[in-house]
This record gives sequence, C-alpha cells and structure tokens, in this order.
Amino acid sequence: MSRAVAVAGTGKAARRRLGATELVWLALAGVLVIGAILVALDDQNLFSIANTRDILSRSSLLGFVAIGQTLVILCRSLDLSVGYVMALSSLIAATTMNGDPARVPLAIVAVLLVAGGIGLCNGLIVSVLKVNPFIATLGVGLIIKGYLDTEYQGPAGAVPSSFQQFGFSRIGPVPLSTLVMLAVAVAGILFLRKTRTGYHMFAVGGSADVARLSGIRTGRVLVTAHVLCSIAAGIAGLLIAARFGTGSALVYNSGYDLESIAAVVLGGTLLLGGRGGIAGTIAGVLILAVLDTVFNILAVDPFFKDVLRGTIIVAAVAIYARRQIDRKASRVRFGGDGGSGGTAPPEPRPDQPTPELAGGSR
Amino acid sequence: MSGVASPATTLLRMSGIEKSFLGVQVLHGVDLDLRAGEVHALIGENGAGKSTLMKILAGVYQADGGTVQLDGETVAFEHPLLAQQAGVSTVFQEFNLLPERTVAENVFLGREPRRNRLVDAGRMNADTAALLDDLGLTWLRPETRVSSLSVAGQQIVEIVKALSYDARIISMDEPTAALADEEVELLYRLIAKLKERGVAILYVSHRLKEIFDLSDRVTILKDGALVDTVATSDITSDELVRKMVGRPIASFFPDKLPGTEAGDVRLEIRQGGNEQLDGIDLDVRGGEIVALAGLQGSGRTEIAHALFGVDRFTRGTVRLDGRPLTARTPRQAVRAGLALVTEDRKGEGLVLNQSIAANARLVLDAVLPRRASQGARRIPGILSSLELVSRGSSQEVRFLSGGNQQKVVLAKWLATEPKVIVLDEPTRGIDVGAKERVYTLMRELSAQGVAILMISSELPEVIGMADRIVVLRDGRVAGELPAGADEETVMALATGHETEGTKR
Repeated sequence: MSRAVAVAGTGKAARRRLGATELVWLALAGVLVIGAILVALDDQNLFSIANTRDILSRSSLLGFVAIGQTLVILCRSLDLSVGYVMALSSLIAATTMNGDPARVPLAIVAVLLVAGGIGLCNGLIVSVLKVNPFIATLGVGLIIKGYLDTEYQGPAGAVPSSFQQFGFSRIGPVPLSTLVMLAVAVAGILFLRKTRTGYHMFAVGGSADVARLSGIRTGRVLVTAHVLCSIAAGIAGLLIAARFGTGSALVYNSGYDLESIAAVVLGGTLLLGGRGGIAGTIAGVLILAVLDTVFNILAVDPFFKDVLRGTIIVAAVAIYARRQIDRKASRVRFGGDGGSGGTAPPEPRPDQPTPELAGGSR
Repeated sequence: MSGVASPATTLLRMSGIEKSFLGVQVLHGVDLDLRAGEVHALIGENGAGKSTLMKILAGVYQADGGTVQLDGETVAFEHPLLAQQAGVSTVFQEFNLLPERTVAENVFLGREPRRNRLVDAGRMNADTAALLDDLGLTWLRPETRVSSLSVAGQQIVEIVKALSYDARIISMDEPTAALADEEVELLYRLIAKLKERGVAILYVSHRLKEIFDLSDRVTILKDGALVDTVATSDITSDELVRKMVGRPIASFFPDKLPGTEAGDVRLEIRQGGNEQLDGIDLDVRGGEIVALAGLQGSGRTEIAHALFGVDRFTRGTVRLDGRPLTARTPRQAVRAGLALVTEDRKGEGLVLNQSIAANARLVLDAVLPRRASQGARRIPGILSSLELVSRGSSQEVRFLSGGNQQKVVLAKWLATEPKVIVLDEPTRGIDVGAKERVYTLMRELSAQGVAILMISSELPEVIGMADRIVVLRDGRVAGELPAGADEETVMALATGHETEGTKR
C-alpha cells in the first residue's frame, strides 16, 4: 500500500496570499500616490494641512455609516435606511438640545435609542418576517422620510457651541470626529474578532444553514447587526448636527446609503456576506475621500467626477470577483495537476504506527 | 457519559424505522445496530434508503415509525444539533463548513471558548491543534482557512468537528466520493484511529473495496427494506452484490416496434474527457437505445452535460451524424440536433410558474426562432400523443403531477425534432402510467431513427429498455454489456467488483 499523501496546502497556508484587506490598503496607497502626483502637477500639495483635514473630515461622516453597514453586509443583509436615520438623528439631536448645553447628554441618549429602535425594526422585519433586506430597509427608510417631510420643512433646533466642537475641533490636523470614528472602527474590529456575536456574523453571512446547524441563533445575530448599524448612522446624524449647528431633514438626499455600501464593497467585504471586515471598509472610505478631495482640488467637472467614482467602484469589485473564481466547487478527477490541490506531502511521522486496516476484520 | 466503551457494547439500536415522503414509503421497518469501536457499512443501490436512514439518525428527518435507542434510552432527535450534543455526528456529502473561516473557527463554531466574555482565540486554536495532533494530523493547522484545503482536508475538518463534540457515533455519507486515491488512504488511517477510541462508525458507501477494507459488519438495504446484516468476514463480494440487487422485473417495458433497426452511428464520442471524465468512447446508432448505468457520481450526468456544452469535453472528439460537434453552449448543442431531458425536472427542465404552452415552446423560441412558429404548431399534437392530462395549455406547469410535467419537458424537446436525445433519469418520480408512456415514446422515437442515450439509476429500466448498456465507474467506461444482461453483472461492473481483467 502506498504511504499516505497529503491533502492540505501546507505551503499555501504558511505563505498567506495577500488578503483582501491588505489589497485595499495598498490600493489606498496607490490612490494617494497617483492623487499626489496629479495634484503636484497642478502645483499644489495633496498633503498640505488643509487638504489632509479635508480628506479626514470627509471620511469621518461616511466612516460611521460604513462601519455599521459593514456589519449588516457581513450578515448578508443590507441597510438602505441609513440616510434617513442620519437625517432624523440630526433633527432629534438639534431639537432636543435646543441650544442648551446641559441637554446634550439627553440628546445623545435619545438619538442612540431612536436609532437603535429603528435598527431593531429593520432587523426584526428581515429576520422574523423574512422580508428581503433591500425592501425592508427601503420601506422603513420611506416611512422615516414621510415623517421628516411632513414634520420638518427646513432646518430645526439649535446645537450649543459646546457640542459643535464635535464637528469642528481638531487635534493637530486630525479632526476630533475622525478620531471618534477611528475609535468606533477599532471597537467594531474588536467586536468582530473577539466576541461570539462577531464570530457568528461571519457564520450567518457565510451560510445561514451552517450557522443554524451549529446552534447559532441566526435571527438574534442579524438583529444585533441591524441595531448596531442604525446606531452608527445615528452617530453620523449627531456629527451632522454638530457641523451644521442645526438639524436638517435634507441630509437623506446626500446619498450616504449607497455610498456607504460602495465603501464597504470597495473595502473588500463580500456583498453576499461572510467575508470582509471593518479595516477594509475604513480603507474604502478613505479611498473615496481622497478621490473627492483630489477632484475638488483639480476642480474636476462634477459629472466626470461621478463617472470616475462609478468606474473605480465597479472596477474594484470586478477585481475581487476575479480573485474569487479560483475556488473550486467540485473535485477535479482528471486534471493536469493530479487534482488534490495540495502541495508538499508531509511524510508520515516515523514514530506514528501506521495501523493495519483490513487485517483486523478478515 | 462514558468516553470509551468496551468493544461489542451496543451503542445504538434502530428498530423498525419507517419513513415516507409524500405518500411514498422509502423505509420499511429497517433495523440497525451499532457497536462501539466498529465500522458498520451500509450498502445498497441508488435509492435503497441509505441516505434517508442516515438522516433520521442525524436528526435531519424524523422517522414515521420505529424507535432509536442510544445507550438503551429511546431518543428522537428533532434537530441535528440535538443529535450532535448526544454524541451522534454526521459527515454529510455536502460540507457544513464556512470556507472563509479558519479550521479552528469552523470546529468550534457556535461554541467558541471564551475568557472574560471575549472569544479566546488562543485556546480555540490550541484545542483544535490538540485534536488534530491526537489524530496524527500534524500537517493541518488550526489557523488555515478552510477554502484553501482540498476536499479531503475539508472532510477531515468535518470529522474533527464531529469529534470535538465528543462524538461516539460518526456516520459518513460516501466519504470517499470526492477523494483521490491517496486521500482515501488518509481517511482510512483516520477511521482506524477513531475505531481505537471506541467510536462507532456508520459508513455509507457504494464501493465494495472500501467496505471489505474497512468494515466489521455490513447492512444491506434494498428498496427501503433491510436485506441482511452480516459480519463482513462472512460474506464474499459476490454474495454482497447479489443481496443488493435482484427484484422481479416489471413486465411493462414495451417491446420494440416493428421496423426498428439500428442504423448508422449518429452520436460518436472518442476519447472524450474533461475534469470529471476520461477516455469516454461511446457510439449511439439511430434507432438504438443505449443506457448509461453506474452509481451516482460515476460520470453519467457529466457525459450528458459534456455533450450539451455545459461542462464540455476538453479532450477527444464528438461527432453527430459524422459532423464534428463542438458545443460550447447548450444553444449550439440544440442547433446541432441534440436534446437533453435533465434529471432535475423542476429546476432545470421547466419554468414552473409559466403555462404548459409557454414551457413547450421554450426551446423553440429561445434557440430556433425561425422555426418556432412552425414547430409550435406541432406542440398540441405532441402533447396529446403523450396523453398529457391538464386543464388546458394555459395551466401553469407547477400544478401538474410529476408525470405530466415530464411530458411537457419531453414535448418541449420533441418540438425541436432532435437527432439525438439524452434522457437523464427520465422516469424519476413519476407514476407508473406516465412511466409506460415514456417507455413507449422511447420506442416510437427509435423506430423513427432517433438515437437515444438513457441515463438511469433503475436497473430494471436499464435492462428492460436498452439495446446496449454502458457502465461507468469513476468517470471512465467500466465496460459494455449487451441487452439482457442481468442486474448483478451491471452492479458488479459499477461497483468495481471483478473488474480486474475486464478493463484497465
């Protein structure tokens, strides 16, 4: 009988292929280099204090939303209501504060509670009523829109200057809001890597059946993701209130819902769930922010700007799709490489007796 | 719970297990017992009820009758998880793994070890490594992503996962079906290790060699009923094959129509091969019915797909009426005069929520638009000659019975006037009357000179209808048998028994 041969790609595992996250950060570096060159050709400096600040403050707002969006997309869901949640949150914050610094904590709690409640609705509609997340969150978003459109014609409420610091103060060139966003991102990364619920989000998105068969309460995980996503959007709403000094219903027109999904996908998270992470999303957000800043500096035509952004997102996803294909669904019986897909057969250990198999029973 | 039981303790006793699906009884009072430290093989033809029995044990299905006793206590697993927690694990053919996660994350999925409420990844990896080292699998590391493992590696992860639940019974559904020879070797060693630990293994396989290599006892099922349970050392492979097959051949196979004679070769495959097939030589003459027999996964459907341009041949040549056929897509295959009645009628054969008329016109409209209206005029005639029972041609096909749905599929293809028709399990899940109509239709077509390639798991059907039987095994032609061969001979070829000499 031939000696046992191996099966796993030991070599492959040791020298890990470049992960999606690393790839996105490399892409970010590439975008920065190319952007810097283009800006330099225009006799300007992309890394000047003003421009850096511009990039970072752009990224904080989208960052909050995209962090939350990452969680739901990992679970193979989606949240299209984030834009409306942001608008509603900014209004709740501004009207609750109403210019009184003492009411800031109350306003923050109110925003987080309302946003979390909306997320709970989204999650329950998706997991219990089994409504497609696209429709469910769009529907919830439209309900919020209806409320906003009838109740608020223009800006409402007033944000005290102490809370406006959240929108404007900086530590060096880094806006406070960006630091808060990065802190939330770190918390999110730890959540995904260190808690059971985080682990289970990958499982629910990877295969709901496998998750269920392993005893995971998939509905609960999905609801958690939606609640956290809406809360993240709520924080983004607080930031808007701080920046504008007032609540604004029209924020939902700014397209944060789709842009956050674009950032998540650009960051290497699979739209079908089960793979990805917040680190990649942050890189995706930064790529979009750098592009916007560069376009602004170069005064690119707005239409052309959108064309470029669209092209870049589609191209990125196409590249990820290419990387997906090498996963074989079925075994190759008659292939050039023998079909086992393995490398470096490990020798059976000499100290380990190879049991005689057939002998025992005959 | 005792970890290791002394040999010969009966761990599990299933008695009088009954199960029906939609009124069709698939298990008729089957008994099975498993002892600690034994490998118990479960064998039977396709559709004999092996998988159903296994799924009842695993908690995927609930038995309609009979009892399952684990350690003398009656149990009824309502959920696979409950079975797993009781120490009964199952390794299914389709894996329950998350490809994007690591080995350790998969093994401990749903019960990740924690410290201070946070997942303790270090301990999880260490525990997994301990399990792996215990089994001598030092080359497999807990941090490896499952998608980078081969099929055998993934299978091993499944087994390790089962063991991590302290499984005392592991059932494996055709574990070697997707493995290369050297990987099978690895599985053998793993099974030997498990035996040493007193784990009882229920081993479902078609392959006689493995059964004699591995098992202590073997239970034979036929048509959902228990034939026998014997010690493997007390039975020869001849006897085993004989017990698996052999049932009265129903007499409803129609005779050949007068005037049917084998004409020229219409379909010719020479040395066809792709990732799943190798060295396929096959001729089908006009007016001839050739059956492709073999076990599930032996490459029967793969040949149909290769011909039809789904997963085409990458080696060898195919000729249709002497002209080379290089179908890259099903469209080209249809244009060349090929028809494929697929195995999965509802998934691949019909658009369930459309009407009979729309379904019957489907291929014509899509592939042969210039002939569509002319061809469509024949459809009502074809449907009535097939004795379709419906409330009119506008009825949605999902409301039809299986037999009538199959008639719509057949009509769809007959409307294209194919030269060669490939029928993949043409009578699966349809009633006797419809079966007879399908058989008669096959006779009529061959009388008109159509070449028919029939894929079937039902040996009586193969023997009753075919002019020649080509038996496949592991993606190769294992041998060819003339009309009137008996079931045992076909089965012996298909399972690889007595093959030395016939082939290779």
